[in-house]
Amino acid sequence: MTDNLYMPYLMRIERVTYEAPGVKTFMLRFVNDDDQEKFNFKAGQFGEYSVFGVGESTFCIASSPTRKSFIECTFRQTGKVTNALSGCEEGSIIGFRGPFGNTFPIDGWKGKSLLFIAGGIALPPMRCVIWNALDLRENFKDITIIYGARTVKDLVYKYELQEWERRKDVQLITTVDPGGESPDWKGEIGFVPTIVEKIAPSSKDTIAIVCGPPVMIKYTFPILSSLGFTDENIFTTLENRMKCGFGKCGRCNVGKVYVCKDGPVFTLSQLKNLPDEY
Amino acid sequence: MNIDKRLVRKDSLEKLFDILKQNSKTIYAPFSKNSKVSFREADSFSGITTDYIQTTQSSKEVAFPRNEKILNYSKDKEGMKVKGIDLNDIPEVVLWGVRPCDTMGIGELSAIFNWDYKDEIYNNRLSRVTVFGFSCSKSDDYCFCTSVGGNPGNTQGSDILFTQLGENGDYLAEILTDKGSSIVSISSALFEKTENIEKEKFLAEVPARFEREEIRGKLEKFFDSQLWVEQSLKCIGCGACAYVCPTCACFDIQDEAHGKSGSRVRCWDSCGFSTFTLHTSGHNPREVQSQRWRQRIMHKFLIMPDRLSVYGCTGCGRCSRACPVDMNILEHLISIQEVSL
Repeated sequence: MTDNLYMPYLMRIERVTYEAPGVKTFMLRFVNDDDQEKFNFKAGQFGEYSVFGVGESTFCIASSPTRKSFIECTFRQTGKVTNALSGCEEGSIIGFRGPFGNTFPIDGWKGKSLLFIAGGIALPPMRCVIWNALDLRENFKDITIIYGARTVKDLVYKYELQEWERRKDVQLITTVDPGGESPDWKGEIGFVPTIVEKIAPSSKDTIAIVCGPPVMIKYTFPILSSLGFTDENIFTTLENRMKCGFGKCGRCNVGKVYVCKDGPVFTLSQLKNLPDEY
Repeated sequence: MNIDKRLVRKDSLEKLFDILKQNSKTIYAPFSKNSKVSFREADSFSGITTDYIQTTQSSKEVAFPRNEKILNYSKDKEGMKVKGIDLNDIPEVVLWGVRPCDTMGIGELSAIFNWDYKDEIYNNRLSRVTVFGFSCSKSDDYCFCTSVGGNPGNTQGSDILFTQLGENGDYLAEILTDKGSSIVSISSALFEKTENIEKEKFLAEVPARFEREEIRGKLEKFFDSQLWVEQSLKCIGCGACAYVCPTCACFDIQDEAHGKSGSRVRCWDSCGFSTFTLHTSGHNPREVQSQRWRQRIMHKFLIMPDRLSVYGCTGCGRCSRACPVDMNILEHLISIQEVSL
């Protein structure tokens, strides 16, 4: 980090991957080797990505800290900045400030099983942790991933889903909303909470990490609780509009809690202590 | 600690001004225009006004400008160049004629800009500011500094605090910091040694109206109160309160492009605006004005004391004076204190 908190690193877009309609992944490399050497982050952290002349936008780092020398981000083309980002080609230079926020306490999960539950465009914040865990596979027992999207087309990281599918040390369950299936779809059909209920994963020595649209999260938590997951063993990430990323611009707080500094990673028990304003 | 107290003759202020100018200081002072009193760069002493209760805008702009370039970028054949602003370009400023509620606000603003991450742009600007506070001999019904830890002769945040000893009188100067002493050292003849002068009888009387600790305690249990709706019914979300506030620090970051080059700009923003927390998806955690009003009060009287150990209100009363629909923060704070839980 430079003295000027607002000064972004210059990043070159090394690879653009089309993930789903309106969704792309950028592989970014530091333009200056020095920056890259000094750069460190942990699973769960986020950054401010910018197109110069258009502005900054907040999203997570989607790659794992175990993969050095680059970072990846996945975004949906929605607003001014993500539209401009989407127009950037391989070789273009964009800005990146970060990493900001807290992290998944993955070091404390050694010896446990991990259950990942994600919906739609919320797989990226979780992908960081998934790869982090898979790269240190011996540290964990079972790894289960339940991932759903509206339609088959909307599933992101399709190549990685295939890889996880093939791996013997990962159990992957994919699902699409009813009506979202294609003729050759072999996965589940049903909303994520329904599928979680159907699979009924064991809560024994297991950490659940849940990311998805609010409605998915809302219906998934009670199911996990009924499966015996304690509030301390259920993790999620919150999103709020941000400008600075470090607790000054004043808009991401939920009561006394700042999503940028105290989050974005929260346990369900922390979430239950927050006022209903997120 | 004994404060170094000096006497400055009324006629000496102009000499002091000239000495500061000779020492290449940029001076910001209050000027009256169209019935508004505002800080602006002063080229000469004449015209600086002393006859005001409060300036329309606070003096925070000197360390936290309304729109401030935080970097410049340019694209050319060789690639993208991004350059931060040169902190050496920041001028040495004397802020002249600031009321104690504004000088107190400097500490509160600094707490925000130094919460873990040190904002070097803000800190550099502030480090080059010498603050001449001027005690209040007058107040109005909007003032409530004494309810929030201040008072009309509060030294907090000033490098030198001047108190006029009666109408048309000379000034007591309290030299409070090294920055203040260095001003005295370049103009020592103007700062006469003096017997102990009591300033209290020359200060405005501002009655205490509420206990801020009590408000803070109430707010802990107040999130879902109907009172937020009642208090904010007439709020039009114009954000004027935030723009005039000496401690409001909320900002936006926007890019300004001019062809292939441009700047990234940090600009004042307000939690009162409906788009302030609006997500791109259309979801808005603070969807209605009552939630935004709650945020304003909670931030200043609960969140800041909890997280930063300072309150976010100095009782200057500007928000009430500026409000186009006459929302009065003092009345609202009193009614929060009076509600029984």
